[in-house]
Amino acid sequence: MSEAARPLVTTRPDDTGIAARIEGSAIGDSVYRWMTTAFALSIPILLFFIALEVGAAAWPALKAFGFGFLTSSEWDPPHSVFGAAPAIYGTIISSIIALIIATPLALGVAIFLSEFAPSWLRQPVAFFVDLLAAIPSVVYGLWGIFVLQPLLREHVMPFLAGLPLIGQSALFEGPAYGPSMLGAGLILAIMVLPFISAVSREVLMAVPRSQREAALALGATKWEMIADAVVPYARSGIIGGVILGLGRALGETMAVTMLIGNVHKISASLFAPGYTMASLIANEFAEATGDLHLSALMAVGAVLFAVTLIVNALARWLVWRVSREARS
Amino acid sequence: MTLPTAQRGQLPRPKPPSRGLRPSGVQRAAAERTRTTIGRRRVVNVVMVGITFVAAIVATLPLIFILAHLLRAGASSINWAFFTEIPKPPGEEGGGMANAMVGTLVLILAASAFGLPIGIGAGLYLAENRGTHLANAVRFLSDVLNGLPSIVMGIFAWQFLVKPMGKFSALAGGIALGAMMIPLVTRTTEEMIRIVPVSLREAALALGYSRWRTSLVVVLRTALPGIVTGALVAVSRIAGETAPLLFTVLGNQFWSVSVREPIAALPLQIFNFAISPYDQQHALAWAGALVLIGIVLIISLAARFATRSRFGRGGD
Repeated sequence: MSEAARPLVTTRPDDTGIAARIEGSAIGDSVYRWMTTAFALSIPILLFFIALEVGAAAWPALKAFGFGFLTSSEWDPPHSVFGAAPAIYGTIISSIIALIIATPLALGVAIFLSEFAPSWLRQPVAFFVDLLAAIPSVVYGLWGIFVLQPLLREHVMPFLAGLPLIGQSALFEGPAYGPSMLGAGLILAIMVLPFISAVSREVLMAVPRSQREAALALGATKWEMIADAVVPYARSGIIGGVILGLGRALGETMAVTMLIGNVHKISASLFAPGYTMASLIANEFAEATGDLHLSALMAVGAVLFAVTLIVNALARWLVWRVSREARS
Repeated sequence: MTLPTAQRGQLPRPKPPSRGLRPSGVQRAAAERTRTTIGRRRVVNVVMVGITFVAAIVATLPLIFILAHLLRAGASSINWAFFTEIPKPPGEEGGGMANAMVGTLVLILAASAFGLPIGIGAGLYLAENRGTHLANAVRFLSDVLNGLPSIVMGIFAWQFLVKPMGKFSALAGGIALGAMMIPLVTRTTEEMIRIVPVSLREAALALGYSRWRTSLVVVLRTALPGIVTGALVAVSRIAGETAPLLFTVLGNQFWSVSVREPIAALPLQIFNFAISPYDQQHALAWAGALVLIGIVLIISLAARFATRSRFGRGGD
């Protein structure tokens, strides 16, 4: 503030107040900016710390076993030998089972809700499917142990094993105890269904009206419109939704821990128990027998972190691409 | 606009070909083929509608089965003692989960105290600095954080908090849960602030409000119902989380409300009871699951209806 301006201000007492307020608000503004920026920055910082802490804790195991950590299937805490291959295999297989079951179902729901359902039915059905996402993982696990598992053991597994041709294959070999890859895959399918269907519904609804009208004007039936004009347009978004579901399935912990049987073994049979990366950590972390064991579990966590990061980034990119196209 | 019934559905027929321009056999066959394929296409259409309808029914069945079984198996164990007593030693009849319910409440409060300010602050930043590199990066990383497996958050909290502090504590679990709330709260805050009309902000600025007061008093307050909804959704998501608690709060068989001590939590207690060999504990697990899901559903429903009444649409 220059000296020349001062007398002017003092002759009108009101203005000093305003000047002070403006000056004060400048301080307030910079404090406000500084604070919101700090809050925003806390997200990258948090992620950085997660990567750093987990990575550092995983380092001894990764150094000791190198690349073999991912490919060896020997997990022997008493002798300090650790290989995560069975857990990685189990994570992939259970997630694939989940996606194979959930994707067609979710896509069907999404198409029904976005294209066919009368409006009075749309809201309640969408709400019911979305509610599946609100059920805690541990409740799925509880239901899985006491309802789904007996059902699989007594009805579904004998039925699958009795099927002609594929019933005799390695997929359905061995005794049906209950805790199995199949059970884990099934519960995961129910758990990822709402995620895939919600994203698919969103991208289907984002398909421009003109796209549908053009197909109908060319004489397409409603289904032809969906199959030839709507779904292809939304395809990469739907794939994004499926990959998002995959990300969920890969990292899901409690329900899988309660159903998969927790055995360090790779078996082709879906009836056999297995392990996933998340359930391995959940099961052994509290009772880790030594520093290397702990570090190996941290390394499993680091691998899981890296994989889900890549999967989620891919999903986001695909969904983002569709919404950008729909906007332009 | 409605046409008279006689006209509706009747497209103008093509005029019959004049003499000398009779349709050839090939043309007639083509017309015939078109008629039959139209029939087939209609059948396919109806079949596909049916298939998607069945998919919708099948997709809602798991929820119905799970809720029905929860009610059947859980309701019988819910009584006064369940809400007032702590668990009895294994094998003994009776006992409740009062300490676990209080523990979950403490954890939710701790998580909200940590996660809500950061999430809302970050959301404000994202809404007011759209298009900048930092905002885009933060938005992307918040999505990454959202997809982080909860078990990884658990081992991080153990390494970062439990190990240096030398003991398990409710605080470590609360921070782990709070960190999981951040991305959701950030995202909904940003969305809700974005739909506040710019004119409102301009009006406040024109009246001489400073920028920070405009943001906090006018914009944030207008967006508050939506932000509360987002916060409720985030709370309902973490209320049932178990994995981040396994190695942070540990669980507790006794009363404890201190954030410095290991604490009981409803999801954790359900897990421990579900994998125990005792029938009596299984019954408590079902009752606990019923209460937990009741809490989660009530919070989600509250969130949904809070949004609906404000914006006239469902919470999507």
